[in-house]
Amino acid sequence: MVDLAVDVGRLKLANPVMPASGTFSDGLARVIDFNRLGAFVIKTVTRELRAGNPTPRVAETAGGMLNSIGIPSKGVDYFFRETLPFYGRFFPPLVASISAPTADGFASLAADISVAGVAAIEANISCPNLEEDGRAFAITPQATAGVVARLRAATRLPLWIKLTPNTGDIAEVARAAEANGADAVVVANTILAMSIDVGTFRPRLGSVTGGLSGPAVKPVILRQVYQCARAVKIDIIGCGGIACGSDAVEYMLAGAKAIQVGTATFIHPTALIRVIDELEDFCDRRGFTRASALTGALMHTGADETDVEWHQEAGE
Amino acid sequence: MDSVHAMTPSFPVAEQSAAVIENVAVNAEYRHLVIGGEALAADVVAGQFFHLLCPLASDAAPFLRRPMSVYAADRTHGRIEFLYKVTGTGTRGLATLKAGEHINIVGPLGHGFSLDPTWRNVVVVGRGVGLATLAPLARMAERAGVGVTAILSARRPDLVMSIDVFRGCGAGVITVTDTDRSSEVANVERLLRGVAAKNKADALFTCGSNRLLLLLQRLGRELGIPGQVALEQQMACGLGMCFCCVRNFRGPDGAVEHRRVCWDGPVFDLQEPLSW
Repeated sequence: MVDLAVDVGRLKLANPVMPASGTFSDGLARVIDFNRLGAFVIKTVTRELRAGNPTPRVAETAGGMLNSIGIPSKGVDYFFRETLPFYGRFFPPLVASISAPTADGFASLAADISVAGVAAIEANISCPNLEEDGRAFAITPQATAGVVARLRAATRLPLWIKLTPNTGDIAEVARAAEANGADAVVVANTILAMSIDVGTFRPRLGSVTGGLSGPAVKPVILRQVYQCARAVKIDIIGCGGIACGSDAVEYMLAGAKAIQVGTATFIHPTALIRVIDELEDFCDRRGFTRASALTGALMHTGADETDVEWHQEAGE
Repeated sequence: MDSVHAMTPSFPVAEQSAAVIENVAVNAEYRHLVIGGEALAADVVAGQFFHLLCPLASDAAPFLRRPMSVYAADRTHGRIEFLYKVTGTGTRGLATLKAGEHINIVGPLGHGFSLDPTWRNVVVVGRGVGLATLAPLARMAERAGVGVTAILSARRPDLVMSIDVFRGCGAGVITVTDTDRSSEVANVERLLRGVAAKNKADALFTCGSNRLLLLLQRLGRELGIPGQVALEQQMACGLGMCFCCVRNFRGPDGAVEHRRVCWDGPVFDLQEPLSW
């Protein structure tokens, strides 16, 4: 018998597997048993009503996909009226993903949705910051520090900060989140990318650029989880190309306490359940009585310091 | 909390492996895929679709599934049939499937067609691959005792599909093609007005052509005839999660709003979709 339970900050989860925001909705309850999930992470809520980006919003690439959905949102009232009661029928805790164009906007939205039935807030700070020429908050430690401090002052709920991979030093950004009161960081959002149709000479996304996700991004994000895990003491939730149990194990070995399954659910709507079952099987097979023991259990190969320095230089 | 315990999960949509029974060309452009499995076909409604995980093509791997509307669902033998045209990576891979091989499918998905009990005679107007989507509607109407006039449009006579299905279900069939220019909107309009004049058009159904959609919307408004349209759009998840497959619709207050073809459709009220 394997104990799959993990604590992410102050929040106790029955298992470390949850959906990634934007790749999950009530429709999936037609295919899988929601009560088996570690948590629900709902599609990002914004205060304003948002229509989203022009189509095409998705393009296939090798081993992954691009999306530029543009966070269509029905606003806060819909969240209270429909989303909250729907997920209240199930056991797993609800994590509300939020976004806003300003630090003030983040803070007031976090305050408003800090209600019974919301177990934690995931702040998607990978969105454009209108106060910084539209650059995402999570690109710099400074903007991250500012928005996280405002969020911390606005809510007592556990605060998860979703980072962007599109930054030069993600470990510094994670440190800024930790220093300003984040309970956990989610590593990471999609990688900014594009694709062109050589038949029509047009971009294959309506908004030209978008986010790359799926198996193609896994080695990149895994590296970022590893770098963040060495930089901060708060918990890390890994998110990037996870499709099976061994993918989840890799992220946990690199330092993730829990993981999110995103794009894989589009291909296999049963992917979340598969990851949970395979993670349990893995622990059983390898003699782990607690899945949480996998976190940070990466064995170092014992390269000498000279080698490590060389790799770091090569990586720059 | 007891109510949560007592809740038995029921899953109307399944991800499963289905055996390929047949996958052959039916004309110069379209192929016919028949798959089987236990209880697969039991709850399929005309107009619904399955999301198919297409195998590797020779040159590329399709990453996403491909939505495919149901051409026929045989409850007795547990068979689902599709008609598809090889157009890209996904359908190229699909064409490689041989009888006895397996394909991973998710479904049935989406909202299908519905027949109002007051309708005695309906008109079905389809073009191209839209004819595959409309074929099960002929069976649905036959079971409900509703008469059908089918106007089936294609570029060439050899590409008009589903004629036998509609005739077999007792429908009156009119084929129109680009070859003899009978498929032009003005001619289809003339045909439709003729059917309506005989009081044989209690409702209009369409799929597969934006021009025909616009024609039916115009005639429907003018003559006060209700109707339904099955729409297509590029999809990723098929379950309403990703918001990739949105199109523009007239909202209740007249404002333009996005709806998800996979989740809110693919069958919609005839008057609600805005054209491309």
